[in-house]
Amino acid sequence: MAENPEKIKKVSIIVSRGSLDGIYPGLIMANGARMEGIDVNLFFTFFGLYAILKKYNNSIKIATVGNPAMRVPDAKGLPLPTIVGILPGMSAFATWMMKKEMDKIDIPPIPEMLAMIDDAGGNIYACKATVDMFHLTKDDFIPQVKRVLTVGEFYELSAGAQIIFT
Amino acid sequence: MPTKTIAGVTVDVTEEGYLTNRAQWTKDIALEIAHEEGLNELSPDHWKVIEFLQKDYAERGALPSIRRINAVGGIPTKDLYSLFPGGPLKKAARIAGLPKPTSCV
Repeated sequence: MAENPEKIKKVSIIVSRGSLDGIYPGLIMANGARMEGIDVNLFFTFFGLYAILKKYNNSIKIATVGNPAMRVPDAKGLPLPTIVGILPGMSAFATWMMKKEMDKIDIPPIPEMLAMIDDAGGNIYACKATVDMFHLTKDDFIPQVKRVLTVGEFYELSAGAQIIFT
Repeated sequence: MPTKTIAGVTVDVTEEGYLTNRAQWTKDIALEIAHEEGLNELSPDHWKVIEFLQKDYAERGALPSIRRINAVGGIPTKDLYSLFPGGPLKKAARIAGLPKPTSCV
């Protein structure tokens, strides 16, 4: 191995989107960071907040509209044009397919994955601006949410961290 | 293939110090690797993890994920992280004489 640059010690990961493919990358990166002994603050904002809303976070879906990379029935299948993607059940079907593949490689459902990150010592926060905008209260969140943060508090917590926006 | 002397025995290892020949693994080697990983001792709880990793690896030919260690091995994720702080799966795998984890979760 060549030179050894300084290891990453701390990351702040922002999840801003509410689709399955918008949420999972941040969760996988957060969990993976903990597996490497890296400190993690996970911050949910805008529609990303749906990942931590207990009423909705088990029914997060893939968008089958406006996604030019989408193929059926699998990743090497035929392109799925937006006009077909709008058909009822398409999004649910694509979500079901992807979840099945995820389960095979031991990627848990979103609620379980958040509990896993919490157990691993990762910190989970909600964005205050979004919470106010969506009229949410603490009761709407899964219990692993530590608290609601302003953007300023988020930056304070992120001192010395790399910030990753997803 | 690099070799390394651990607990008085010369063993084959990868550049990152993972044993490549499981037949060379002993409990003394495990303890010395544990010291290198910053653990003072291996308690019965540590051994429970190590033995589950070895058993599952022998049966499936792959390291279990942290999720599987919890669901099948019965070791809560919180406990796993406190037993092997700073990288539980990597550390436990290395101590158990198994390869470096290759999965993302």
